[in-house]
Amino acid sequence: MSVRRLRRRLVSGTMTTLVGVLSFVAVLALLLILGHLVAKGASSLDWSFFTKNPVPAGESGGGVANAIVGTAIIVGLAALIGLPIGIGTGLYLAEYGSGRLGWTVRFVADVLNGTPSIVIGIFAWTWLVKPMGHFSALAGGVALAALMVPMLARTTEEMVRLVPHSLREAALALGYARWRTSLRIVARTALAGILTGCLVGIARVAGETAPLLFTALGNLNFSTHVLEPMQTLSLQIYVYATGPFDEWHRMAWAAALVLMGLVLILALAARWALRSRYGAAR
Amino acid sequence: MAPPADARLQLETARLTALYGRRAVVKDVSILFPTHTVTALIGPSGCGKTTFLRCLNRMHELSEGGWITGKVLLHGEDIYDPGVDAVQLRRRIGMVFQRPTPFPTMSIYDNVAAGLRVNGSRPRAQIDAAVEGALRRAALWDEVKDRLRHSALDLSGGQQQRLCVARALAPEPEVLLLDEPTASLDPTGTQRIEELLHELKTRYTIVIVTHNLQQAARVSDYTGFFYLGDLVELGRTEELFTKPTKHQTEAYITGRFG
Ligand SMILES: Nc1ncnc2c1ncn2[C@@H]1O[C@H](COP(=O)(O)OP(=O)(O)OP(=O)(O)O)[C@@H](O)[C@H]1O
Ligand SMILES: [Mg+2]
Repeated sequence: MSVRRLRRRLVSGTMTTLVGVLSFVAVLALLLILGHLVAKGASSLDWSFFTKNPVPAGESGGGVANAIVGTAIIVGLAALIGLPIGIGTGLYLAEYGSGRLGWTVRFVADVLNGTPSIVIGIFAWTWLVKPMGHFSALAGGVALAALMVPMLARTTEEMVRLVPHSLREAALALGYARWRTSLRIVARTALAGILTGCLVGIARVAGETAPLLFTALGNLNFSTHVLEPMQTLSLQIYVYATGPFDEWHRMAWAAALVLMGLVLILALAARWALRSRYGAAR
Repeated sequence: MAPPADARLQLETARLTALYGRRAVVKDVSILFPTHTVTALIGPSGCGKTTFLRCLNRMHELSEGGWITGKVLLHGEDIYDPGVDAVQLRRRIGMVFQRPTPFPTMSIYDNVAAGLRVNGSRPRAQIDAAVEGALRRAALWDEVKDRLRHSALDLSGGQQQRLCVARALAPEPEVLLLDEPTASLDPTGTQRIEELLHELKTRYTIVIVTHNLQQAARVSDYTGFFYLGDLVELGRTEELFTKPTKHQTEAYITGRFG
């Protein structure tokens, strides 16, 4: 008996320690990255960094205004295209997806979820950039949307499934049609969760680089034309970090800090959305 | 002015059999629910009371594999006729479930108004009046009149259940179906609901499923005893409880099984 007990305590203790160490490593990694970014990048953050465009190599000064605006536009495009499709697919899967078609859609979504983003980029290039004859922000937005859709579809589905069945029945018994029950009652109850999924999805694609290399390409000038190549923070970082100049490296760190801050804000917003609405509901 | 005789035959089932797939869980049940009466359905767990109730507003067919044979007549018209729109029908037959099911994203007011709004838009004043009327009839108005815009989840369990009654009443249904409405309530909450039924029956035809025999005796005019999907006995409540004609009924109400 006591040997067994000892063993149990030993295993329990080891596991607890192990899990503790692993989570510490995870948090430590985040802290190290953030600390490093701040140390290397914060000093370059000034007004002109946010308001000026890049200057030719060798000159000092300039900023990444074009990349910040470009990120906003391309991620905005991706959200515009990806959110409705992703949420719609998720609703469909949760509400009507019990048959063969549902199974297939779910399978495709899971495969897409695991597809490397660079592969998505290649497809976007083949289907959009090549037929159109030139790189464009639009193609970049579509590529990012394609990354977002499967993720959102699955999150939405999970969130909708969390809504108690009794709620759905109550609405139907009240004379709600099925579609109205799905939208007005079920989706609204799951809204906080869906919103969180959206924010996490946006945060994830905001930092994507690979699929944009083949689509948005990058642009040294300020551009808001969605059918032209466009710069994003991630592309800017890629160019600056792999370039030969110290000034560029400095700018890359600063841009990385801005991007990281953006993602952090989105993640925090997602947290907040989940808490403020769901505290009462569940 | 007395209503014509057949107007009193408001709701009626004729040889109703309810199935899940190939398994019949309600068998060949014919009951007549006279207008403005309370009928209680009792019987051991799993005997098909809920399923029967759900056939009366066509909720049963929404369950996986659910279908029926036989008829359910509302004012002599079969509600299962192909021409009848089930969604429209459910607006004429209110239902309250065992557990309170307030819509969590809606305020108290919006919960009660939900069934009204779904049936076409109408003037604001009219909705206000209907909401107040329904809350009064559900004996909840005084407790919530100052916080109609608060979340329905701020209410206690018993209040939530009365809110669900109000929500069912607001669209002015003809029939009210209650599936163990007091199962999750304390004695006070239970008493409120029972008092409510006495008042409501002057306006609605009520069918209530209950596990509580005293409750059935207190609130109902007629009682039906279900056993393994069969309607064993149906009669005036005081007769069924004092002089049951079937030995199964007697065994059940004297507590020898179930
Ligand atoms: N969705 C379903 N699918 C298949 N069978 C079901 C389903 N719901 C209920 N049943 C079966 O139908 C029978 C009757 O169930 P029902 O819920 O109508 O009983 P009940 O009399 O309401 O019981 P209780 O008093 O416990 O609520 C049971 O044997 C149950 O197992
Ligand atoms: Mg039941």
